[in-house]
Amino acid sequence: MTRITIDPITRLEGHGKIELFLDGAGEVADAVLQIPELRGFERFCMGRPVTELARIVPKICGVCPGAHHLAAAKAIDAVYQVEPPPAAKKLRELFYCAHVFHSHIAHFYVLAAPDFVLGPAADPSRRNILGVIAKVGRDLGGSVLRHRRIGQDIQALLAGHQTDLVWCVPGGVSKGISEKQRLGVVELARSCVEFAKTTVGVFDRLVLSNEQYVDLILSGPYALCAHSMGLVDSRNQLSLDEGQVRVVDTRAQEIARFAPQDYLEHIGERVEPWTYLKFPFLKLKGWSGLRDGQDSGVYRAGPLARINAADGVSTPLAQVERERFFATLGGRPVHATLAQHWARVIELLFVAERMLELASDPEVASPEIRRLSRQIPREGVGVVEAPRGMLMHHYVTDEKGLVVKVNLIVGTTHNHAPICMSIAKAARGVIGRDKPMTDGALNMIEMAFRAYDPCFSCATHNLPGRAPIEVLVRERDGTLIAREAP
Amino acid sequence: MGKVKLAMHAAAGCGGCDVSVLDLHERILEVAGAAELLFWPMFCDGSVKDLEEYPDRHLDASLFNGAIRNSEDEHMARLLRQKSRVLVAFGSCAHLGGIPGLANLNSLEELLRVVYQDTPSTVNPKKSRPTELYWMPPGELRLPRMHGQVLALDEVVRVDQYLPGCPPAVEQLWALLRAIVQSELPPPGAVVGASNIALCDECERSKGEKRIKAFRDLASFVPDPEVCFLEQGVICCGPATRSGCGGRCGKANMPCRGCYGPPDDVEDQGAKLLSSIASVIDSDDPAEIGRIVEQVRDPAGTFYRYSLPSAFLSGACREEAS
Repeated sequence: MTRITIDPITRLEGHGKIELFLDGAGEVADAVLQIPELRGFERFCMGRPVTELARIVPKICGVCPGAHHLAAAKAIDAVYQVEPPPAAKKLRELFYCAHVFHSHIAHFYVLAAPDFVLGPAADPSRRNILGVIAKVGRDLGGSVLRHRRIGQDIQALLAGHQTDLVWCVPGGVSKGISEKQRLGVVELARSCVEFAKTTVGVFDRLVLSNEQYVDLILSGPYALCAHSMGLVDSRNQLSLDEGQVRVVDTRAQEIARFAPQDYLEHIGERVEPWTYLKFPFLKLKGWSGLRDGQDSGVYRAGPLARINAADGVSTPLAQVERERFFATLGGRPVHATLAQHWARVIELLFVAERMLELASDPEVASPEIRRLSRQIPREGVGVVEAPRGMLMHHYVTDEKGLVVKVNLIVGTTHNHAPICMSIAKAARGVIGRDKPMTDGALNMIEMAFRAYDPCFSCATHNLPGRAPIEVLVRERDGTLIAREAP
Repeated sequence: MGKVKLAMHAAAGCGGCDVSVLDLHERILEVAGAAELLFWPMFCDGSVKDLEEYPDRHLDASLFNGAIRNSEDEHMARLLRQKSRVLVAFGSCAHLGGIPGLANLNSLEELLRVVYQDTPSTVNPKKSRPTELYWMPPGELRLPRMHGQVLALDEVVRVDQYLPGCPPAVEQLWALLRAIVQSELPPPGAVVGASNIALCDECERSKGEKRIKAFRDLASFVPDPEVCFLEQGVICCGPATRSGCGGRCGKANMPCRGCYGPPDDVEDQGAKLLSSIASVIDSDDPAEIGRIVEQVRDPAGTFYRYSLPSAFLSGACREEAS
């Protein structure tokens, strides 16, 4: 048995390590993703006033603080049994669409695009955003940076700062916007819609028009037959911040639909001694290890799962693109891991259209942004769709509002088992006795996890550098027998 | 003049400091023009092995964000110290311990028990815990060892410059990068990119006499956006926090929580806040004072929100824990 260690996987938020074990014949016997980090928010949020959690939990992730801020806000509203007024709800949704907008831009253009625009086996020193800009042109490159900035700027305009988020309070938000600011956002949102349409065209031109890529997307090593979990509204349309959790099985049949506060009836988390990250599973199916299929409890979250779980998208342009997505990829549900990129582009269009709809509504400039609670605080669950998957926050307090219990299940954790399996499948597909271990092959393993935009690898930028991974091939006793360094 | 050689590393943090560099937006291309980013796992490709093979002091500067939570964080801190001429504690976690430092209010054992056993969705009948060394059929798997306490960067290695903030203001990190490129950094030990007065001293809210009879809970109160928070009975960490953030929380009508840390003349941010808050209570009656003080529901978690690992209090905790 030989071992290959990919450590560190770079371009990531946090830390991750991949271990591949080869059998005597040189085929991949097993692949393991390890998360070597734990900060323990579940413990140290205890004892804090629950109102403060909306300011503390965004520090779980500086890449998607907006998702944690909003999930906390919704949980805290529930703790205080208070419903924000309509203007505050719309402002929160506008804020959140801006958040998802810039997060998806960063992932698609900066992290994922190099693999497709330049090719999985391109020279690693070119396989980055600068290489992408060189190929697609400076105009588009500049537009990418400008529109990521617009997303951050709208977030900062509403919430005070783009990363240090303090804005949501029980029953609403701490400040509103003026009519003049609203009109400014309308203009920015118009530009965002145009940019999202451009992005659809870019995806068409660079990926879908290339038969090799379509074959790659649909190929076995990049397929994973798992259930799909996503938030839906009352008409089962895609929702990112409101509604119920819906799970459809590997044949797109609904097997669960529940309100956020009932999540414990449906989701369990398995602990394994070799990683700090837990493995969520559907209680309905039970945990039967890292395997996919109709009988497994493993499900996916994130853009692909969301588009599989919802019956449609409420905005016109995104809905057209959704139809084309399923028509091109063989119908719903799609199990192709790499199709996440396309699903993400569809969501980019959805949130841009939503931003324009919301900003065009004069009510978002209303000063009615708060409802005060007179209730004794108790317990609440807040669920939103983080850019990379469903995010669940659950708080219980004492009668003074001090937190006595916290539970958090984040997007990447939902995807933990699927990511591990996708890595192993891709590894088996690209590494073996007759397949030379090249940089391109190793990058194709990384493409399997990159598709999930995992939050421990919320990589959003990639300047020229070397190959992302170092490979150590070891004997079973640990003796180093080969080193493949870039 | 050649490009300056830079590294940026995230230890126990959230990645927000790395993102704040991206928030230079178009100026990031200028950074790429003036600096060679030799190691930055979040955004660039380069391995720890490369770093180990550089001669000592090969890097002009390393920007270290995140606190020291485990053996890997500590290893990286020592390695980057060895390879860098200038080591910057970048952001609140490296500077003071930051939000992850709140873990020091409890023992590591409690933290692990809550995460891997007590949380309601966890299904763990065998009480499994992640372990440093685990043998699974194909081979052994290793994880870093968690320290008993979270540490700020300068508790592990010598730090040359501190850039405060959670995250640091973009204009200040831009100024820091320019100073590095132009070799114009202040003497070692300096806090850069922030002033040395309390946030209160530059806060634009109106300030009168602070005499309060009750502390307010923001769940049931909307503060006046023009008036000092403390005067309204809302706890604000402005009196013991270094200015430099631009008062961004106050502008969103929310009080300060101290992420820039204390100014130079304040040794312990939380202790200073405790005395500032005590001094605004308008009563001489011990029973009434007691009732008002009760309304400060979480003094340790509020006054030491970002600075617990570098506080006197944390030392006491640590002694007790060991």
